[in-house]
Amino acid sequence: MNILRRIAFALLAPVIAVAIAMAVTSVVIIATGSDSGIGDFWKIILSKPDDRVLVDIVNQTSMIYLSAVAAAVGFRMGLFNIGVEGQYTTASFAAASFAGAAFLPGFLNVIVSLLIAVVVGALWAGIAGILRVTRGVSEVISTIMLNAIAGILVGYLIDRYGIHGGNSVRTKVIPAGSQVGGWSPFTSADGQVWTLGLLAVLVGVGFWVLLNRTTFGFDLRATGTSRTAAVASGIKVNRMILASMLISGGVAGLIWMPAFFGDAYSYGTTFQAGLGFTGIAVALLGRNQPLGMVFGALLFAFLTAQSNSLTLLTDISASVVQITQGVAVLAVVVAYELVRRYRVRLEQHAVAGAPVVAEEVAA
Amino acid sequence: MSTVVPEVASAPPPVRGRAYERLRGRYWLVIVGAIVVVSAVRMITNADDVTSANTIRAAILSACPILLAGMGGLWSERAGVVNIGLEGQMLLGTWGAAYFTYWYGPWVGLLGAAAFGAIGGLLHGIATITFGVDHIVSGVAINIIGLGATQFLAEAYFSDLENGGPRQLTGLDPLPYLTFPHLSDWLITLNGHHWFVISDVAGFLAALTARVSVLTVIIAGIVVLTTWLLWHTSFGLRLRSCGESPAAAESLGVNVYRYKYIAVTVSGALAGLGGAFLALVASSGFVTNQSGGRGYIGLAAMIFGNWQPGGTVGASLMFGYTDALRLRTPSAVHALLLLVAIGLLVYSAVRFWRKHRTSGIVMGVLGVAFLLWYLLTDTVPREFTGMTPYVVTLLVLSLASQRMRMPAADGQVYRKGSAG
Repeated sequence: MNILRRIAFALLAPVIAVAIAMAVTSVVIIATGSDSGIGDFWKIILSKPDDRVLVDIVNQTSMIYLSAVAAAVGFRMGLFNIGVEGQYTTASFAAASFAGAAFLPGFLNVIVSLLIAVVVGALWAGIAGILRVTRGVSEVISTIMLNAIAGILVGYLIDRYGIHGGNSVRTKVIPAGSQVGGWSPFTSADGQVWTLGLLAVLVGVGFWVLLNRTTFGFDLRATGTSRTAAVASGIKVNRMILASMLISGGVAGLIWMPAFFGDAYSYGTTFQAGLGFTGIAVALLGRNQPLGMVFGALLFAFLTAQSNSLTLLTDISASVVQITQGVAVLAVVVAYELVRRYRVRLEQHAVAGAPVVAEEVAA
Repeated sequence: MSTVVPEVASAPPPVRGRAYERLRGRYWLVIVGAIVVVSAVRMITNADDVTSANTIRAAILSACPILLAGMGGLWSERAGVVNIGLEGQMLLGTWGAAYFTYWYGPWVGLLGAAAFGAIGGLLHGIATITFGVDHIVSGVAINIIGLGATQFLAEAYFSDLENGGPRQLTGLDPLPYLTFPHLSDWLITLNGHHWFVISDVAGFLAALTARVSVLTVIIAGIVVLTTWLLWHTSFGLRLRSCGESPAAAESLGVNVYRYKYIAVTVSGALAGLGGAFLALVASSGFVTNQSGGRGYIGLAAMIFGNWQPGGTVGASLMFGYTDALRLRTPSAVHALLLLVAIGLLVYSAVRFWRKHRTSGIVMGVLGVAFLLWYLLTDTVPREFTGMTPYVVTLLVLSLASQRMRMPAADGQVYRKGSAG
């Protein structure tokens, strides 16, 4: 019974949030009076994706999930790393430059490039961590600044050292031996599920183990729950801040790697920007939980991929799903807060010995 | 925004009386000194664009939207609500400005922009004040919604318009401009003489007397009004008390929720007006994602300005100036190196004077590095100018954050009745 009730409470908030997000989206579409009805919209969004779209959803999910974990590492201890975007931009550029130079043969090149991505991402996040620990600068503002600097810096470097062709500029294409394709579940025209997407699985499992099976994870959660209690119990908070910033940035470095080795092969117009902010939203949606974020990432990838057919089949703009996504994030945090307040009330009632309404809720 | 980690935030109480007057005198000294230094740098480097009327005009154009976002941030953070959603509210403002200007003219456009921004602010208020959601979380969500909503609305309403498209709307009626014809011509001639100090001041004044958008004047009025309202009225005292100690405010009968709601809504409206500036004044129309991070920069400018209107204006102008210089002649960009070097060396000397050895040395070394960079090169990549404000912000925050003082209860969730 108790377990049932806990599951019910855990699911209550996300279900409410998704319902609210769907309702708001419907209202927006009806209010703007498009020619295609609201029914068409949901039919398209909720239809079974094409094979090609399915592959796309899986690939995007893996990258969004990596980004979400990167954000969640900080969030779990109350550290707002808004700079995932800048961290994976610099890391992707550094890794792409190294891999393109092909100093190392084949597979070794991939491994070292991945390491470089992790290190550069961690260093970029580390700047914010050090400023926070030594100078008391809020990580929110420093990571925002670092995001801007990263964008300009990479823009400059690629313009200076990249290969210009037509209107675009990019890094050197990696040799065929270092390309890590993937697995085609359908025909080859439908694309491949990138092998390095497995990084997301590894990182997800690693995140779960780190949180729940290590002292570090315990300290992390303790610091996030109550900083004063953490200090009192001897946790070195400054070291925790720096460590989680580095881990967060390191994971951020990996975000674009599946696409890079699986499809893009060079850093240029192919670079997918914006994943850092998507990851933050998904981390919030998934409650910073390893499993919750899987569903969050899947939902975001699904909505974005499905929305592409809107442009072809209706006159509804595909960006409407961004409203859905934003409302879902906002609604889920509000819903969690309401459910929490409701639970507190129930507990108070239970303690006071009042007639319990909780039985009905749990059922 | 919690720039300062709480335990180091114990700043001395605000200085008033004679010391305050002395401080004010020192500000004038700093301003005059800065003008002389800038003028000297211009003479040495022969980069006349450093203080040409065109550069200053471009700088003011870039600074205005940042300043409005900064003022928005000031309102909301003074009442204790961190508003990182300024970016999204600004985007909503760009759409509101375009739509209402197209159908009803630019004045209604301004109202529309403010109204759309205010809706974003209100949403932030509902989430953070009534439902007690973390302020950063709500702000991030609002930025996503703002971006999605403007793209969606643009495609729905602008696609079929003349001069419109799914991502843009141009050919909007402009707001009127103010020009003092003879005065500005005379000032521009004066500016063209390249005399020491006089021409620099003339360049600055010329930019303020020719083709000044009405909205720029309104913005100046908003800054003055904000300062007066927040610091010289009982309304402002109550509002700021909600940001310093909401429990104490409530125990004295202040309706904390109401003041926070007012502050966040005004905050959103100001950010929306910033969006209107982008769509109607700084460029020739609306495009999607027009704010390009200016909401965040405005927030940074406000923090850089130590949660004070004057500081916010200064920081916004700095961001605007480097942004304007980036787009102008390379020689001016190179001259900026010398300016930065001098600034750092002076600051280093001040730090030594106040017996802050470490930061004095750090600044001194950086200053010498910039000086060498200036002496050993002829040009600077444009991108580096674009980077300057962000790097400077980081530097200043890391050196001065202990002396900054944010509202004591900024970013904290307060629930009605906590005062008991």
